[in-house]
Amino acid sequence: MSVAILRYTLNERVNHWIGGLTYMYCLATGLAFWSPYLFWLAVILGGGPVSRFWHPWFGLVFAASVFWMHKTWRRDMLITSVDRTWSKSIRFYIRNEDQHLPPAGRFNYGQKVFFWAMFYGIVLLLVSGVGLWFVESIPWSLRWLRYLSVAVHVGAALITIGAFIIHVYMGTAMVRGGFTSIIRGEVSPQWAKTHHRLWYEKVTGNASPRE
Amino acid sequence: MSQATLNIRRISGHAGTPPGAGVEREEQVCKLVDTTTCIGCKACEVACLEWNGYSFRETVFQNSYQTMPETAWNYWNLIKFDEHERADGTMMLLMRKDQCMHCAEPGCLAACPADGAIVQYTNGIVDFQQDHCIGCGYCVSGCPFNIPKFNQHTRKMFKCTLCSDRVNEGLEPACIKSCPTGCLHFGTKEDMKELAETRARQLREHSNFDKAGVYDPAGVGGTGVIYVLHDVTNPEAYGGLPSNPRIPWVVKFWKGPLKWIGNLAMIGGVIGVTLHYLRFGPKQVEPEKNGDGRP
Repeated sequence: MSVAILRYTLNERVNHWIGGLTYMYCLATGLAFWSPYLFWLAVILGGGPVSRFWHPWFGLVFAASVFWMHKTWRRDMLITSVDRTWSKSIRFYIRNEDQHLPPAGRFNYGQKVFFWAMFYGIVLLLVSGVGLWFVESIPWSLRWLRYLSVAVHVGAALITIGAFIIHVYMGTAMVRGGFTSIIRGEVSPQWAKTHHRLWYEKVTGNASPRE
Repeated sequence: MSQATLNIRRISGHAGTPPGAGVEREEQVCKLVDTTTCIGCKACEVACLEWNGYSFRETVFQNSYQTMPETAWNYWNLIKFDEHERADGTMMLLMRKDQCMHCAEPGCLAACPADGAIVQYTNGIVDFQQDHCIGCGYCVSGCPFNIPKFNQHTRKMFKCTLCSDRVNEGLEPACIKSCPTGCLHFGTKEDMKELAETRARQLREHSNFDKAGVYDPAGVGGTGVIYVLHDVTNPEAYGGLPSNPRIPWVVKFWKGPLKWIGNLAMIGGVIGVTLHYLRFGPKQVEPEKNGDGRP
């Protein structure tokens, strides 16, 4: 076993968890406002009025966190020709037949798609959320903006929830070592070589031929 | 203000059937506003403030009789003044008492996510229960009449209660009590409809208002406040009274089909990843030496 590789800096990890925890708060309170059958979520989080009070503020922190991620990871997240090739073989990834996949960089195609879904999701949630927050400030003559805010907020939230379910599943259950890496920051060389070979070769300068 | 729960027909944000729904049957109540005999004295506004314990608000001068642009969280009843030019060039001052319409199908209640924050009694009154209100403002988006208003200080929504506290004790609403011309009436929906139709017929046949009629919009299932208008084909002239008010389709879609689509997608997502794990399991890291990564 050789020495561990740093995958996420402390700043990246702290920011990821600021984003993750504020998102989960917004998710829980948002689901409470989504359905009467889930309103108990607001009750256990301190009641409806308190949930409604904090939801937009936590949302702002989440947005700030995602914008910071965008600033930090923007270049790593660009979808390249490598990703387009990878995406054509995504069925192998789903079936855990990774040996048939082209090597990935620091982030694979799926992670990049998740990032951009979350990024554009939060942009829509932020803009529509301001509309919902200050709904009375939208004049009656522009009331279509009130309705648009509702539709966009709900639609974007559902998209991020779908992405979130897959993200949590893959980060915890499916890709072992991923969860540890976002907590402690480190992965083993074997892990890096298996899941992100191009990135592994770049950070180690170790261009070992594949197969 | 909550009264007997047995008299509730609909509850906002409620999981399951409203307790006691349909146990007691009551007559639908209705307020009739005859705009053709309103003189714009604002006595109804004052009576509303007095009964509900609010003080007068600051006014905005708009070169007209209009004291403020719209109702407010502590000003539930406002006469809308409109200078209307008729086809023959003569001028009419249209005056319409604006307040919550107490829709049979309330958009505010449909949009509200908080359990019991908006209720509809069996007598048709739609009432906000501020102790259950979470201050989200969804009712603002649901209302086709721009009525619910937010109190920044208490973070609760307010609007006309149709004096549900008075009506519950067998009294008529405060505004009705104060009207000096008798343009306001209160009674059962059936009686008020008949009175309104009689008045509209009188206007058509004897007063040269051949388009006079009753405003009781079907798009929201009829309302608990109905108007007699000189020209029922142009309600917009009366301070922007919508000609065909409906619950916004976005709100209906959001609270109807989208709820099902969203719930199925979310549950499907959780089931999907679970099945994936059961079928394919976790990804293995390739051993240090060559190999295909399979155990």
